[in-house]
Amino acid sequence: MPKLTINGQTVDYSGDPGMPLLWYLRDEQGLKGAKFGCGAGLCGACTVHVNGEARRSCVTPMAALEGASVTTIEGLSDGETLHPVQEAWLAEDVAQCGYCQTGQIMAVAALLETNANPSDGDIDESLTNICRCGTYYRLRKAVHRAAELKSGRAS
Amino acid sequence: MNAPVIHNRRDILRYAAAGGALVIAAPIASRVRAQRDGSPFPTPWFEGPVGGFVAINPDETVTIAFPNPEMGQGVDTSLPMLLAEELEVDFDRVSTVQMPLEIMRGEDGEMTWKYAPQGSGGSYSIPGHYEGLRQAGALARTLLISAAAAQFGVPASELVAARGVVRHEASGKKASYGELAAAAASIEPPAEAPALKPQSEFRLIGTPQKMKNARAIVTGEATFGIDAEKPGMLYAVMSRCPYFDGTAKSVDDSAARKVSGVVDIVKIEGPGPTGPYDVQAEGYAVVATSLWAAMKGRRALQIEWNTGPYAEESSGSFKRQCAELLEGTGQIVRDDGDFDAAFANAAETYEATYWQPYVSHAPLEPQNCLADVTEDGVEIIAPTQMPSGASRIVAAALGVDREKIKILPTRLGGGFGRRLSNDYVAEAALISKAVKAPVKLIWTRDDDLQHDFYRPSGMHQLKAGFDADGNLVAWTHRLASASKYYRRPNLPESDYWQAELYPDDFPSQFVNNVRLEYFSARSGAPRGSWRAPAHTANAFVVQSFLDEIAEGRGEDPLALRLRLLGEARELPYEQHGGPVFNPGRLAECLRVAAEKGGYGEKMPAGRGRGIAGHFTFGGYCAQVVDVETDDQGGLRVTKVVAAVDIGTVINPNGVAAQLESGVNDGLSTALRLAINIDGGRVTNANFDTYQLMKIADAPPVVETHIIDNGETPSGMGEMGLPPLAPALANAIFEATGKRIRSLPIADQLNS
Repeated sequence: MPKLTINGQTVDYSGDPGMPLLWYLRDEQGLKGAKFGCGAGLCGACTVHVNGEARRSCVTPMAALEGASVTTIEGLSDGETLHPVQEAWLAEDVAQCGYCQTGQIMAVAALLETNANPSDGDIDESLTNICRCGTYYRLRKAVHRAAELKSGRAS
Repeated sequence: MNAPVIHNRRDILRYAAAGGALVIAAPIASRVRAQRDGSPFPTPWFEGPVGGFVAINPDETVTIAFPNPEMGQGVDTSLPMLLAEELEVDFDRVSTVQMPLEIMRGEDGEMTWKYAPQGSGGSYSIPGHYEGLRQAGALARTLLISAAAAQFGVPASELVAARGVVRHEASGKKASYGELAAAAASIEPPAEAPALKPQSEFRLIGTPQKMKNARAIVTGEATFGIDAEKPGMLYAVMSRCPYFDGTAKSVDDSAARKVSGVVDIVKIEGPGPTGPYDVQAEGYAVVATSLWAAMKGRRALQIEWNTGPYAEESSGSFKRQCAELLEGTGQIVRDDGDFDAAFANAAETYEATYWQPYVSHAPLEPQNCLADVTEDGVEIIAPTQMPSGASRIVAAALGVDREKIKILPTRLGGGFGRRLSNDYVAEAALISKAVKAPVKLIWTRDDDLQHDFYRPSGMHQLKAGFDADGNLVAWTHRLASASKYYRRPNLPESDYWQAELYPDDFPSQFVNNVRLEYFSARSGAPRGSWRAPAHTANAFVVQSFLDEIAEGRGEDPLALRLRLLGEARELPYEQHGGPVFNPGRLAECLRVAAEKGGYGEKMPAGRGRGIAGHFTFGGYCAQVVDVETDDQGGLRVTKVVAAVDIGTVINPNGVAAQLESGVNDGLSTALRLAINIDGGRVTNANFDTYQLMKIADAPPVVETHIIDNGETPSGMGEMGLPPLAPALANAIFEATGKRIRSLPIADQLNS
């Protein structure tokens, strides 16, 4: 019976402990920003934060989430004030179909927490989310811009 | 080709009617706000008394519906720009929404478009709507002016509309569109469509605009098909026969039925071995109260499959079949002059054979559909490139009148041609009918990779002959492939080549003795249109071969291309993207890309710079690709510089986005992608065995240079893709001395 928080709200889960978090978020919590792409942790469209770290929710069973703090794309912004990564995404006009982008944004937001100014090499090593439309050129620029925005906001 | 939707004069009048009838205040605005607030599906379709293209809201915002499905190609922005240009509104006050499928029964009894064609494919959205949507905007503006004329008591000819306000200069009277909308909506549209602005007066068209629905995407509020819900909805996943045209031998669903939440198991009959596909494969749907329960139920389902008529097929056997076919004589589909004699008498000859594998579309959003079949009618909510195809396939599958079928296309999590087919819509409709409830069918990734309509695989043999003066005098392109045109109703095998070889493509019209020869190979793998269809294969082989020839002749590869293309002139082009092919425009793209990309500069060891250009669906594109290699077989594309000429540009920001997308799609596909067949089935099951490119392999720099010459616009969805693979292969040759004649590149640089 895991008890966890999702975007700050406490929830009790009493269903199948083997069910992946992705389906709990999408089908039981109505949080549809995390997307299903592969079901095997390979594409990252389902990326959310678990205790502040990027996690692929399609391969994260509910049983593993006792006491966990989960943040989804719906909980990333501060009300109407977008997270710097979201701002950067708009500024660089990254999205095409948009399906992978919530996962990309969550992955980048987590990266910037541990690496405030990632180099291109860091980006290549850390970001393994797939974008089928191939928005990588703008996505890379948006990561650098997000780092600038975030450090600017912090200072 | 991608079944372009052609509109005629009658369609234009319909656009105009839509533009006029729809200058209506109110209901849309609240529905759009409801979506922004994150309220649940459905998104704010235009329906009921609103309908059509545009709503002017009392708060002076404007809502414009885009008729074609948005799949990342930017029609949620570019199509409304066309209308807004003539409407004379500030584009930042415009929000845009997807139009539902609007069809009606015509006078001849056949279903026809109510307002405008509504398919996304063939890079045809912009050329298909360029005139009609501007007409709709012009008519809406005209009606607003008429309303103001009546209100002010002045002649309409003295009024000017700009930025959402109608003004009477002499009296200083003015009224906003929001104030005029209700009155304008009741004015009878004029009999004649208003004149359109000349290009020189465009204020919006040609300016860079960001994607309209970007904020909804970055906040997770954008609703894709997979996000659709209805009260009482059940979930379904299917277990389909993995063998091409195989069938179920036996099924034991007792364990599956015992899984908590499983409601029913529904058999879906297969398509039959020869006819057109409605559904793609025979299978069983597990219907449950949750998706997770349905997935668990599928795992518990015990099915034994008959391996079907293609059980012996493998990737290797298909390649051998193509090679054997090329030993013989094929179907001659273009034969100018006397190739054999010219080739035999040529001073220099060249020959090379190339291979293209099957590839999958793999849109990141798996196929899905929410179907609600009731006695009153059918509602379909689905990500589809062809909503009218969805309507047809549901009518055929269920025997329901198309007027009772409502199709609500959603934003697509990628299309790439996969969702021109609506097989998943037919499945969902059949399941919903069987269980008498709304059903959301979701495919998993293995379903998607193993039940795609793949880009045809084939073997290409090219030969060229030059005379003693260096003139190209003989050219042949012999192709053995499994055409995507098989299983089309009423299409004989003698027409299959039409989807594979485009006879007016360069260099057919540039050589006196040319022969195109096609060999129809057999394969059980379903085939379909994959972004820029046969242009991807043909650009790769032709542009690679030209590089080989240039090297053999000791001639600069760019110079060879430019002298073959020659001066600007209009050549006939009968395939999609015609009626004209102007080689001068392609040459100019090559020159611009070469200059901006520094083509011809000496490269350091291990580096290479390649060039290629191609004419695709009315658009011209050339690319210069830089690669860096190492002696362990490593490869990185460091930069791509592209020049595009697609005539009049609507949204240069969108053009660059599509160019970048084409570059990355072309690179991803060339690097590692191949669908593998063994034992009559596809063996790729997920992204570990179908390795779409990640950012680490993506070029850190992609430059787009747009040549806007004011010509009739073409689209931009596909033109950015075909030049990439050959330019890359040519760059790899410079860097390593190795010719890439077979795709994907995979580990060829290791050997």
